[in-house]
Amino acid sequence: MANHVIADNSVDFYKVKTKRSGIGAWIFSTDHKRIGILYLVALVSFFIVGAILGILMRLEMLSPGETIMGPQTYNSIFTLHGLIMIFLFVIPGIPPVFGNFFLPIMIGAKDVAFPKLNLMSWWLYVIGGIFAILSLFLKGGPIDTGWTFYVPYSLRTGTDVSWMIFAAFILGFSSILTGLNFITTIHRMRAPGMSFFKMPLFVWSLYATGWIQILATPIIGITILLVMVERLFGIGVFDPALGGDPILYQHLFWTYSHPAVYIMILPAMGVVSEIIATFSHRTIFGYKAIAISSLAIAFVGYFVWGHHMFTSGMSDTSRWIFSLLTFLVAIPSGVKIFNWVATMYKGSIEARTPFLLVMSFIFLFSIGGLTGLIVGSLSTDIHLHDTYFVVAHFHFVVFGGTGFIFFAALHYWFPKMFGKMYNEVVSKWSVAGMTLGFMMLYFPFFILGYMGMPRRYYDYLPEFTTWHIVSTVGSWILVGSILVLIWNLVRALKSKTTAEVNPWGGRTLEWTVPSPPPLENFEVIPIITGGPYDYHLLEQEQHNLVEEHK
Amino acid sequence: MSNSSHPDTIEELKTLPHAEHKLDVASAKMGMWLFLLTELLLFGGLFVIYATYRYLNQEAFHHAAMELNVFIGTLNTVILLTSSLTAALSITALRLGNRVLSIIMLASTIILAFIFLVNKYFEWAEKFHHGIFPGSEDLINRPPGQILFFGLYYSMTGLHALHVLAGMIILAFVLVFIWRNKVTSTDYAKLENGALYWHLVDIIWIFLFPLFYLIK
Repeated sequence: MANHVIADNSVDFYKVKTKRSGIGAWIFSTDHKRIGILYLVALVSFFIVGAILGILMRLEMLSPGETIMGPQTYNSIFTLHGLIMIFLFVIPGIPPVFGNFFLPIMIGAKDVAFPKLNLMSWWLYVIGGIFAILSLFLKGGPIDTGWTFYVPYSLRTGTDVSWMIFAAFILGFSSILTGLNFITTIHRMRAPGMSFFKMPLFVWSLYATGWIQILATPIIGITILLVMVERLFGIGVFDPALGGDPILYQHLFWTYSHPAVYIMILPAMGVVSEIIATFSHRTIFGYKAIAISSLAIAFVGYFVWGHHMFTSGMSDTSRWIFSLLTFLVAIPSGVKIFNWVATMYKGSIEARTPFLLVMSFIFLFSIGGLTGLIVGSLSTDIHLHDTYFVVAHFHFVVFGGTGFIFFAALHYWFPKMFGKMYNEVVSKWSVAGMTLGFMMLYFPFFILGYMGMPRRYYDYLPEFTTWHIVSTVGSWILVGSILVLIWNLVRALKSKTTAEVNPWGGRTLEWTVPSPPPLENFEVIPIITGGPYDYHLLEQEQHNLVEEHK
Repeated sequence: MSNSSHPDTIEELKTLPHAEHKLDVASAKMGMWLFLLTELLLFGGLFVIYATYRYLNQEAFHHAAMELNVFIGTLNTVILLTSSLTAALSITALRLGNRVLSIIMLASTIILAFIFLVNKYFEWAEKFHHGIFPGSEDLINRPPGQILFFGLYYSMTGLHALHVLAGMIILAFVLVFIWRNKVTSTDYAKLENGALYWHLVDIIWIFLFPLFYLIK
């Protein structure tokens, strides 16, 4: 934030003169827009690394037996794929990139509440990432415990668990600071007249996410820290040999890691609400229901962690209570899906790239959500636990959900963030390729899982071969399409195109400022009188405009 | 939070300082309270573990707790409570314009915190001397419940001691700020936030003390 500098609001924030030059103007900037872009670069880089690891795993599974790597390498690779994708891509995900860039603009503020803290959380993210990468090259070699760090194996393995855990701890800290910053920003920085129920739904989802980040992350922080202490000093809390209880570790781990699922998906749902309203040119259906359902999901999400442990050893009573609560989460999620579909009803829909990605999302996420009910039921979960069915389920919700919406958000706000426009023909074909590749890659997992293929094995029985081949070919189509999608955006960055102030006809505040926005976002802080999706006023406004011209 | 309610008329809105986007005291304090919430949950995880293992190993916890030095524990409780008092007095002194007294009070808080850590050192050193520390032969041969008790004792009071250290550093910074007139009788949010953190450190100890020293 430029408190002491006289802001030059005549040019966009890229061209504003800064104290430092070159890369220093970025990595020490407290401007929320620059920090958002820093996160974008870091997140996409880690996503590509995670995707390459995924491709390697699929190559190994192309045929039975050892194809390109041995079991130990495979163990490390699926662990790293999980850790990178979860802790470095989807858990930070949408809030630090698009939340940072657009939250202040959408509520009519010049920056977030704590700009320095914001920069600090980016630095913590980077330091966490560096620690995670460093741990691969230290004495013990790459970690092989799976991303869940389950004890007692994580206490016994010779690989470098402690460094990776410390990295995850630092990343958690970064996540907490972002959440804390956003909640304070939303409470304190809204433009005059913007009451809570006049905020865009993306802001609502960031608000709900912020609370989960603050209330859940410390639990995993202390839990994994204890694993580290246990490895170093042998205090006994999780080590069965010293009287500790490994199941207690699982409880504490999932007390965070289940709400973390909602840290991943809620912001994505917020983006979906924005995109559907904009491209249907229609007031969002059930605004309050969508806003409140975000909070409801955040709340109920705390009480369902036990469904990850149906086969770990729990009393029958707790199992059916956890199962019942799990089913309850489907209600607020369903409320959202129905409201989105109802918004599109009789809307004048424009099927642009972000909208197509959202349609893919609804299709994939519904499959992911409904299969979630299958693994949330006690009897079926006994059969499907730790099989490819579960792997398919969470890839449909996490990748088909958050991953696709990350790219949807990128395409929706790209013109605003960079002031350039991308080639829509290429992007639309890439979206088609992504959806096709995705279905080929992950849908066979449901079948394989149902047939009994266990997860985390580098080898399999010959009868699974056909589906594994389909899946591996799908991985090539998926990653190929994503690379084309990203290349298309990079090409747009270098192009001479310019983006309009409001290319999609959106009604939220970010579409009222120039593309890219000036340093302090607004000439004058706007005074809010209407709601964020007043499309019914559109006709009236156009009518007035015509009258004026007469 | 104070004055977070939104005025209704546009005329009222235009007069708000809020439109200028400056970090106000209420935001700073709200951020601090949210941070304290995360700290409580960090220790919350440990309290859950403590409760579980106490329930599972009641007798072993009973015997192990007998070995803790109640005198040092009580002394440290008194020291920490007094340090919280001096921190609160420091705020009041500064607000009333008595800068010197404020500095003296804040310095007393830091000194009391240091004495707390010195006592802690002697307490731990004595335990180590008697061969009670994680991984020691004496402890390994005891019932698992006692290993857990001392494991939790060291990790919980250890994490708390780290927070005491962090609190000392934060308060030392605030002290320098008051010294250099960067924190003054009209702008003392940093001092209030520092003191809030210090009270949290105190509150956690108020729970740790009975859990380890008093419940037998």
